[in-house]
Amino acid sequence: MGYALNFNLIWRHFDKLWGGLLLSLELAVISIAIGVVIGLVLAVWYVSAGRIVRAVIAAYVEFIRNVPLILLVYLVFYGLPTVVDLAYSAPTSFVLTLSVYSGAYLVEVFRSGLEAVPRGQLDAGKAIGLTPWQRLIHVRLPTMLRITLPALSNTFISLFKDTSIASVISVPELTFGAQWINFNTFRIVEVYLVTTAMYLVTGYAMLFALRLVERRFRAAR
Amino acid sequence: MLGQILYALPFLAEGFAVTLWVSLLVVVLSLIAGVLLGVGLVYGPVPLRWAVRIFSDTIRGIPILVLMFFVYYGLPAIGLHLPSFWAAVLALTLFKTAQVIEYLRGAVGSIPKGQSEAAMAIGLTFRQRLTYVIFPQAFRRFLPPWINGVTDAVKGSALVSLLGITDLMQAVNQVIGRTYEAMPLYILGALIYFAVNYALSLASRRLERRFSFIRE
Repeated sequence: MGYALNFNLIWRHFDKLWGGLLLSLELAVISIAIGVVIGLVLAVWYVSAGRIVRAVIAAYVEFIRNVPLILLVYLVFYGLPTVVDLAYSAPTSFVLTLSVYSGAYLVEVFRSGLEAVPRGQLDAGKAIGLTPWQRLIHVRLPTMLRITLPALSNTFISLFKDTSIASVISVPELTFGAQWINFNTFRIVEVYLVTTAMYLVTGYAMLFALRLVERRFRAAR
Repeated sequence: MLGQILYALPFLAEGFAVTLWVSLLVVVLSLIAGVLLGVGLVYGPVPLRWAVRIFSDTIRGIPILVLMFFVYYGLPAIGLHLPSFWAAVLALTLFKTAQVIEYLRGAVGSIPKGQSEAAMAIGLTFRQRLTYVIFPQAFRRFLPPWINGVTDAVKGSALVSLLGITDLMQAVNQVIGRTYEAMPLYILGALIYFAVNYALSLASRRLERRFSFIRE
């Protein structure tokens, strides 16, 4: 094979990758934050709602989970502005998409967590005279969070990896930076090796941090 | 508008056939590779275990899109020329294989150790132990998540559109390029993907319920 590794051009353009990684993280954090709010509100609503509300929430969850993210990204960026009078940048469009997308996955995570909270805990809360709202804030949500943390960590990391799809609408995140270097320097193997390493290190750093959080909450039991 | 969409339907159907073909190839190839490597991970000698573990953790740790560009642009760079269709299938298969390895590890790991020991005690060889004792039991735990994971393969196949392959996603984009009817066509495309994947996840849920009696 006549391919000699040469990383010089990668380091010369490393700002494309580094800046890209920071943007990837930013996209992930904002989308996940919005997604968590969507997920929590809908999950709490779902477990106490009537049949119609449940059907609507379930429809949202099932629809999003069974459609490719890339299609949703195109739909929001190229499709939506043709029917509603809205103008937004590619990053905003992607954050919007990933928020709605992560919301659907997080509703599922939170819902199954809420259903796993032991009945006795809620009865105990009632017995010491907590109002329904207090039971939710002080009993249900904290217990649910502890149960769902491992599943939550996995979802967060997979959403971070999903930010690579933003490159298809030219959001200059990490995958886009890698492609730019690929097309402009042709140091193909090198750039994807470095990009792979950057995704791996970031992903495992997130996993490690989340595992620490999990352990901390387990100890508090 | 409706006329244009009806006119485009045969073209979309061709793209849909490519989507199904890619998904089928990926699912079958990854099942074979994943089961073999998964057995290697659980029962293999230590160097093999490490190799499979590193493979699986690396592949699952990067975005599927990066893996696809790596394979598509990287293979020719080192002198391997695959048609783009097969490069895409290879990348998606690598990704799915890592998932199958983990399903298999989970399923086999859930079988109590005593089963293996009992099989050993009655003198079954390694292959007999797998065929008659471990796999029939592990199968029931393997199937539901695996079928659920087939939906990931169908969704992942939409990425091959980025390599210029005319799958359903690409067909939708091309029809939009001609008709400028973006929203109806994206929704139509989404509904087609939804129909396939929702059917698969319903099947997975049914199987899970069907096999729920083994939750001792």
